[in-house]
Amino acid sequence: MSPTELTAKDFSTDQEVRWCPGCGDYSILKAVQNVFPTLGIPREKFVVVSGIGCSSRFPYYMDTFGFHTIHGRAPAVATGIKVANPELSVWIATGDGDALSIGGNHLIHAMRRNLDVKILMFNNRIYGLTKGQYSPTSEVGKVTKSTPFGSVDRPFNPLALAVGCGATFVARTVDIMVPHLKSVIEAAAAHKGTAFVEIFQNCNVFNDGAFATMTEKSVRDDALVDLQDGKPLVFGKEHDKAIRLNGYKPEVVSAGESDLWVHDANDSNPTRAYLLSQLGLGDGTPTPIGVFCRRESETFDGDMLRQMEQAKSSSGPVDLESLLTAGDTWTVKPRS
Amino acid sequence: MGVEAAQPMAPKVEDIEEVVIRFAGDSGDGIQVTGDRFTNTAALVGNDLATLPDYPAEIRAPAGTLPGVSGYQLRFSSLDILTPGDQPDVLVVMNPAALKVNISDLPSNGVIIVNTDSFTSNNLKKAGYESNPLEDGSLDAFRVLPIELTRLTREALGETQLNPKQKDRCKNFFALGVLFWLYNRPLENTYTWIGEKFKKRPEIAEANRLALKGGWAYGQATEIFQHTYKVAAAPLEPGLYRNVVGNNALALGLIAAGQKSGLQVFYGTYPITPASDVLHELSRYKNYGVVTFQAEDEIAAIASTIGAAFTGNLAVTCTSGPGMVLKGEAMGLALMVELPLVICDVQRGGPSTGLPTKTEQADLLMAMYGRHGESPMPIVAARTPADCFATVFEAARIALKYMTPVICLTDGYLANGSEPWKLPKAEDLPDISVSFRTEAQGFLPYARDPKTLARPWAIPGSAGLEHRVGGLEKDHGSGHVSYDPENHQLMTDLRREKVARIAEDIPLAEVEGPESGELLIVGWGSTYGAIAGVRRDLERGGDATIAHLHLRHLNPFPKNLGEVLGRYRKVLVPELNCGQLVRLLRDYFLVDAVGLNKVQGKPFKKVEILTKVQEILETR
Repeated sequence: MSPTELTAKDFSTDQEVRWCPGCGDYSILKAVQNVFPTLGIPREKFVVVSGIGCSSRFPYYMDTFGFHTIHGRAPAVATGIKVANPELSVWIATGDGDALSIGGNHLIHAMRRNLDVKILMFNNRIYGLTKGQYSPTSEVGKVTKSTPFGSVDRPFNPLALAVGCGATFVARTVDIMVPHLKSVIEAAAAHKGTAFVEIFQNCNVFNDGAFATMTEKSVRDDALVDLQDGKPLVFGKEHDKAIRLNGYKPEVVSAGESDLWVHDANDSNPTRAYLLSQLGLGDGTPTPIGVFCRRESETFDGDMLRQMEQAKSSSGPVDLESLLTAGDTWTVKPRS
Repeated sequence: MGVEAAQPMAPKVEDIEEVVIRFAGDSGDGIQVTGDRFTNTAALVGNDLATLPDYPAEIRAPAGTLPGVSGYQLRFSSLDILTPGDQPDVLVVMNPAALKVNISDLPSNGVIIVNTDSFTSNNLKKAGYESNPLEDGSLDAFRVLPIELTRLTREALGETQLNPKQKDRCKNFFALGVLFWLYNRPLENTYTWIGEKFKKRPEIAEANRLALKGGWAYGQATEIFQHTYKVAAAPLEPGLYRNVVGNNALALGLIAAGQKSGLQVFYGTYPITPASDVLHELSRYKNYGVVTFQAEDEIAAIASTIGAAFTGNLAVTCTSGPGMVLKGEAMGLALMVELPLVICDVQRGGPSTGLPTKTEQADLLMAMYGRHGESPMPIVAARTPADCFATVFEAARIALKYMTPVICLTDGYLANGSEPWKLPKAEDLPDISVSFRTEAQGFLPYARDPKTLARPWAIPGSAGLEHRVGGLEKDHGSGHVSYDPENHQLMTDLRREKVARIAEDIPLAEVEGPESGELLIVGWGSTYGAIAGVRRDLERGGDATIAHLHLRHLNPFPKNLGEVLGRYRKVLVPELNCGQLVRLLRDYFLVDAVGLNKVQGKPFKKVEILTKVQEILETR
């Protein structure tokens, strides 16, 4: 089938989707199924890899090659897939527990290597599949089944972590903001290198409303700032508020002020991307969504392939016999 | 050089059957290099040989101390031999600590070649000597050949521009020169090796050459040796040979499997002693289509290979005990998704960090049972350093043909030990090529080959074959997630049956020695040399009632194994563990097998096995 003829339907399987009714995962699935046919990639070249957790059931619902691996290890399995065949489009579906807790090590190493995979991290700030324990993104004081007195764990800031690892593409979006979600997935797909996307995802069973104070229609205009490349960080229902940097300190000012913070996703210096990851943490600034940073760089799989091709072309054709008989050899003659 | 002027009487040349030399010194003294060079030359003159390197886990323990002693034992022979020897004939010691650690292994009248310059009061103290053993008569039972190695090396390098510290580092080559003279060995190949090794530092190369030559000249000039010795070539099977250490043989076996399967080799690993040399070796062969990936941890190492296997590579990971434990969950995944994978475990002393540089065979039951759920996995084990080649090739063959992970066991002794290897002809190696599924019509990811029960290998990029695999139980045929009770029973039975059927596809168990009789010694892995040597000695001595069976395939066992075990009155199973194969044999075959067990980080000595055999035979 030519990729141009593909539709979202071609990417959905006959498997019954088994997420809870009302789960944010549905809209993410739908967005991905809508974006994939537009990418010009044949269906058989997609591989969707996941770990363990609610979000990691994702591959079963995508009619591509898929691998539901073990808890936390999706980036490691994906590394083998992408290095073995760099022509594949490899996507990872993971959650906050899978990616940041049990799989933290693989996540940071995939990002520092700039492996050319797209990581969609569904952040619902809770362990859903194990029925409601706090996660590495749960807020301090969170009362859950495993923290009846409130969690004393300080949470990870996933995007600060990604920026710190040198990730070459870092973005955030929201499950219920469908056009935004799709546009971020498209931007991730267009990036050559590791794309790390945090998706605010509501778990209506174990952590309902986790992001409601930012993402509810009634508040989002004031609580979120949608990053637009080359444009100032303006927000508010009336587009009347903006962010200005006072040294390294962001402050909310009127949109009419001068010296507003103008977003440059392609800035090669990660400092501002890091500062963006610190917005919206309770100091009155809004939470940014969109592409935080994007940087062109050689990929791990590309470099591996290049080394191999160079080795092959400089040695010419090889044969096993000469390898086995290389080095110091001697002949034992038959005894007469 | 002062020594060149002397014209002593030429010493008498004596022909001897074989020699066991042990080199010992500080881990910074270049002991492994010295042993390795002597070994290489012994191989080139046609001796049969076996080696036993023994080095500390610390890279450079404090100089002169007992924990810092590194050793290398080499047996070279005009006979066909199987072990590096129970005890050395000649001990070369570079310092008091090396003497202290090794002297108890030397039989009386054994030769000690000693660097007397290192026997300073400070070094004696570090080694725990209260008086100088070279002077207090405590070595009277031995033949001590004192050499002022440090002074003589500095003298031999007098003309060079090196500083004294650099000069002292060449003393291992001076010692090697003396030994080459003593055993009438050629120097040329070592000259060549030095040239290549120190290509970028010609002044160091020149100094090592001078030291080697100086040692040789010293042997000639001094009068401390009354004899020199010749060890003739061994009657090895005709053919082309090279000397090989186990880890290199393993690496070559994997490259060969890649070439013979037509697949790219993906080697995902994490550095761990004593397996890392396999990575070092393989990383040089990108031109043979070998990808090496040094992962962030042991789990990523195997997880990445599972991804590569899904994508159609010959996927391999290699580790040692602590890493094997970490890989357990991912091994279960590989088994569940039924993808081909070779998992090598270069066993070392355990548990935990244990004895990283010492050998042990205590991972067999972990290989057999060390995963949750019912998770049968084929297991093969190499018996000698060179056999690592054929064994890992066999592991790859089984993995590809049956679509299953396979465990290949070696150990620290095989990994670092070496022997002459009669090279196989590349064209004689079996074709293990695979065919990927390409036909979309009727494709079911978990449909099985009726004979092997292997499922089809359909790799990403194949149009129409898009499918999902994963760790959840799969529906027979369709591969969809299934929680159906009957299906789980069926799939569990099928996974077990698939491994069991491999017994139809491996050689029958064959014994060395009588087909039936008094005693069968059953071994696996690196105990081969010691057991075979004992049996052969007994046979040569007239006792032909002992047979030896050495298992390469440990899961499944050869299908005639039970029948073979039943033909002997007694079954003895020597193992470097507390009794693992013996348990399996007792369990599978209800045979009253007895164990001989040792966990000291060292291989069996022949005498240890012989003593047990005699004890059993006395009861007949």
